[in-house]
Amino acid sequence: MIEIRDVHKSFGSLEVLKGVNLSVEKGEVVSVIGGSGSGKSTLLTCINGLEPINSGTILVDGVEVHAKTTDLNKLRRKIGIVFQQFNAFPHLTVLENVTLAPRKVLGMTKAEAEEIAVKQLTHVGLADKLSVYPGRLSGGQQQRMAIARALAMSPAYVLFDEVTSALDPQLVGEVLDTLKLLANEGMTMICVTHEMSFARDVSDRVAFFHQGVLAEIAPPDEFFTAPQHPQTREFLSNIR
Amino acid sequence: MFNYTFQWRQALQKLPLLLDGALVTLQIALMSMAMGIALAVVLAVARNARSRWASAPATAWVEVSRNTPALFQIYMAHFGLGSFGIHLSPYLALLAGITFNNAGYLAETFRGALRAIPGTQLRAARSLGMPSIQAFRLIIMPQMFRIAFLPTTNQMVWAILMTSLGVTVGMNIDLAGVTQDINVRSFRTFEIFAIAAVIYYLIAKSVTLGARLLASRLFRY
Amino acid sequence: MFDTALTLSDLMFLVKGAGMTLAVTFFAVTGGTLLGLLFGVIRANVSVWAALPLIFVLDVFRSVPLLIQLVLANAFQAIAGLNMPPFATSCIVLALYTSAYCTEIVRGAIDAVPTVTRRAARSLGLSWGQDMTYVVFPMALRVALPSWIGLTLGVMKDSALVLWLGLIELLRAGQILVTRLQEPMFILIVVGAIYFLMSFPIARLGGQLEKRWREND
Repeated sequence: MIEIRDVHKSFGSLEVLKGVNLSVEKGEVVSVIGGSGSGKSTLLTCINGLEPINSGTILVDGVEVHAKTTDLNKLRRKIGIVFQQFNAFPHLTVLENVTLAPRKVLGMTKAEAEEIAVKQLTHVGLADKLSVYPGRLSGGQQQRMAIARALAMSPAYVLFDEVTSALDPQLVGEVLDTLKLLANEGMTMICVTHEMSFARDVSDRVAFFHQGVLAEIAPPDEFFTAPQHPQTREFLSNIR
Repeated sequence: MFNYTFQWRQALQKLPLLLDGALVTLQIALMSMAMGIALAVVLAVARNARSRWASAPATAWVEVSRNTPALFQIYMAHFGLGSFGIHLSPYLALLAGITFNNAGYLAETFRGALRAIPGTQLRAARSLGMPSIQAFRLIIMPQMFRIAFLPTTNQMVWAILMTSLGVTVGMNIDLAGVTQDINVRSFRTFEIFAIAAVIYYLIAKSVTLGARLLASRLFRY
Repeated sequence: MFDTALTLSDLMFLVKGAGMTLAVTFFAVTGGTLLGLLFGVIRANVSVWAALPLIFVLDVFRSVPLLIQLVLANAFQAIAGLNMPPFATSCIVLALYTSAYCTEIVRGAIDAVPTVTRRAARSLGLSWGQDMTYVVFPMALRVALPSWIGLTLGVMKDSALVLWLGLIELLRAGQILVTRLQEPMFILIVVGAIYFLMSFPIARLGGQLEKRWREND
């Protein structure tokens, strides 16, 4: 379970998180929507400790992420993250991209890691691209590879940071299909997204981020049909 | 003008000696590059460090290596260290001087290469649970070496050319040293140095060519 | 703070050496730049095959140690009975050496001028020479200047090698003092400081010119 309690975070004088509260249960899929620069992506990078926070606490399975005694490298093994810009490692093949962390971080043998990697890559539809370098893949393929790379660590949670935003429109579908597949398999996911149909169809709850706080959080039916917060209504009306 | 008989045959008889010297030249160049690359990685990282205690010495090293003659740096190793009771042989002084020079120049090259790698690469690696040193070694360094490969090759050629400076501090077993030794005994200066020039040229060209072949092997992405 | 036997007259000896370094550098860079301009323009306007001999010769200057070049040239002028003083030999060798690098800078800078700009100039009725003089050179100069400054500083450092032909330039002057005074580290630091003093203003000047030009763009 991920528990976020009254988290504040500033970049210099700019406060991007102003007291965020959110709990995500095992097996739950939460979509986070909101305008650009509202701090949604920052929240994700705080959850796996890539960014420090100013105050508040984030607990992952009861472990405080930003405590000095926490072994972040160990913690990150169970929190996968997929970024907007894919971040494929250009000097490694698709297979090597996916096997690297299981081998070097988890200490698996090459054979073990490859077995898992092939399984995950097959899962995301890249079984025929194992020995290709990322530079030869389309954006959608690179993003699916990044998903497989995160999944190969067998994480308990996966964070998705606007994973379709940098893609050409015709490539968005294939990545969303992969996400849906994972959601249906019971993976715990927090997805920062601009894809409303995805948020509606796949998530258990939808959270609306506005000016550094979670203004509203509700199951998708409620959220999209009867939004409570005026800002949510305005945001949704602008999208439609 | 030109009442001089060139004696190439006599000079060419010394070819085996010169080739032995060429091997020493290559050996020094390779060792100075290996150590220079290792030091340069440390210097490049240290220059970007937030701590002054790390960045200031690294900056000083880079500035001195780039703004003084390579021969000056070899003199420093050969004569200068004498002030501290350290007396390096010509071989070690030459090796130390060239290594110092290589490290300084390559540090700048590597620093530029590091700047060309997006910061998100490190983030992605860290988010997979890699400690920072592992992320640097497995993700950042390979990309850095690719970007810096061509300038590094050029530095290797420079290192070969710089080995010739050893003769000024009494080095007598590398190509320039052997050449000078033969010259002092035979006085066929032009012939013997011309042969040495050809050997240097061939070594430099082989290194450039070899590096290109290596690059096409190493970097398939 | 620091006891040294280095006297004022010793310091003047070093300064005289520095003067020699500057003199050799000046002639080498002047000659090398003029030759480099000529070769660079040829390289930029002639096919690779036609320029092959030139490319090869210039490549030799960059692939053979300068020290070997100096010795060879000196031996050659002796054989040819030219009776050239070491200073002249040094300047000529360094000028040729400089020209090899300068040619690449000039060619690169000319190639950096967009073809469309040159077409535009020619379509206005400018001749090849006018195009070169009024359009290509002013534009190429901005591209070339930083590298040219770097080359000048490089030649100043490389000019230390003329000590092998017996010229007493800065480093050799330092070495003579080291032998006499037995204070190697201190004297070499002074020598290094003088090199720094000579190269710093040039580097600064280049930086400022570059900045001013960028502001005007």
